[in-house]
Amino acid sequence: MFDLLERWLKKAILEVQEYVRLQVATIRGATSPPFYYRDIIMQLDAIGVGSLTVVLLTGFFTGAVLALQSGITLDQFGARPFVGRLVSASMLKELGPVLTGLMLAGRIGSGIAAELGSMVVTDQINALRALGTDPVRKLVVPRVLAGFIMAPILTIIADTVGILGGWMIAVFQLRVASSVYWTSVIDGLYPNDAWMGLIKPFCLGYVIVTIGCHVGLRTYGGTQGVGRATTQAVVAASVAVIAVDFFVTRLLITLLY
Amino acid sequence: MDVSISLQHVSLAFDDKVVLKDVSFELLPGHTKVILGGSGSGKSTILKLILGLLKPDGGAVVVNGKRVDTMSEQELMAVRSDIGMVFQEGALFDSLTVEENVGYKLLEELGVPEEDAYKRVAEVLGFVGLEEFVDRMPSELSGGQRRRVAIARAMAAKPDILLYDEATTGLDPITAMTVDEEMIKLRDLEGVTSIIVTHQLRDAFFVATHEAMRHNSRIQISQADAQKADEAEFIMLKDGVLCFEGNASELRASSDPYIRQFLS
Repeated sequence: MFDLLERWLKKAILEVQEYVRLQVATIRGATSPPFYYRDIIMQLDAIGVGSLTVVLLTGFFTGAVLALQSGITLDQFGARPFVGRLVSASMLKELGPVLTGLMLAGRIGSGIAAELGSMVVTDQINALRALGTDPVRKLVVPRVLAGFIMAPILTIIADTVGILGGWMIAVFQLRVASSVYWTSVIDGLYPNDAWMGLIKPFCLGYVIVTIGCHVGLRTYGGTQGVGRATTQAVVAASVAVIAVDFFVTRLLITLLY
Repeated sequence: MDVSISLQHVSLAFDDKVVLKDVSFELLPGHTKVILGGSGSGKSTILKLILGLLKPDGGAVVVNGKRVDTMSEQELMAVRSDIGMVFQEGALFDSLTVEENVGYKLLEELGVPEEDAYKRVAEVLGFVGLEEFVDRMPSELSGGQRRRVAIARAMAAKPDILLYDEATTGLDPITAMTVDEEMIKLRDLEGVTSIIVTHQLRDAFFVATHEAMRHNSRIQISQADAQKADEAEFIMLKDGVLCFEGNASELRASSDPYIRQFLS
């Protein structure tokens, strides 16, 4: 029993150590040449443009269902016209960043872990090193930069379509006047909320991609290992999204409010 | 003559498993070393140590006069520019075409102008007889073609040293022979120092006992004379320990039971 615990602890510490080492190497790679510009552009496209559909759909339906649910609750207090304020504040501060983060964890985290994991088990990573390329600079840095840049942009898009989804429900289902909805939306937007909604996705994007890269590069055990790495990356990145969201929220509340 | 590659009392273990134990050998420029041994005997590990992909627990690995086992990843990049490696199964980049795979080092790492790089790519693909496959993806190639593209990729930047990791394993005898011929051509016509890791004795002896010559513009592979055939050096590993070192004739004449079993 003690042996098992010791082995588990050692493994956990090793994982943390390797994750930190990867981050140090990534920061070094992102701040010193050589830079692989073509790969950065390709990853911005794959991570940003490629995730647009899923983020649009998630954002829209989240905003819509939020308006539907809050409409019922607000009716109890005769506060139906305030539905816009509720949708905008919820989307901006919490649901936009977290749901975009979760969608990216599913789509990007798994994709990166599977791709890098396949490259590890087929010796392509060793081939890269043999050809004089640092895999961190070539594979990790472009993905991390793309995740870091695109997560906030995708979050803004999710927030926007979420508020639009809420507007559709408010106008056509709850029969709230369009001008009342938009006035309420703007009333609900505070600069501090906007900062919170913007800072969070930078952290989430970074965490999702670094976890995907870390798990992918530590893959072992052939195709079965690739499957295992993919699952691990999605689970770890999803949990990390929720956990990081909590800690960043806590920190930002202290700093901003 | 300067030594191209030298392993001095190299040992390596993963946890409790000993992979290499006190392995030493030297390889002169332009010569070929064939590393034989069963699966898991530590053959491929030696190539990874030479490239600096792994670090030994003890001993020294010297490549072109530089000790690679104490170098950082950054310093190793310079040493690796003199070495090409053909990995098991080729290890071609899935997302790149044959042309991009072969030209990878020239374009991405050495900054060779595109026109010159693609000219060299066409030249090396012609050398391995695959010039018409430039636009194919690796998934569209057969096993033998993939190995030959891997050889083309490894030789594109004109390295002094080529390392072949089971380059013919899993191939039919005819395809394996075409890969063997590429190794012979590179050794005899380009003067490349080679280490061939294999457990395919037939291929190892074929490379040792044949030579390539250029007649006008045609390349001919023929039986080498006895002196040339004995230039190729063989070493055999058994459970990470070097159990034989010598030429093809000495290997055939060995009375070691393990080697006899391996040869039979």
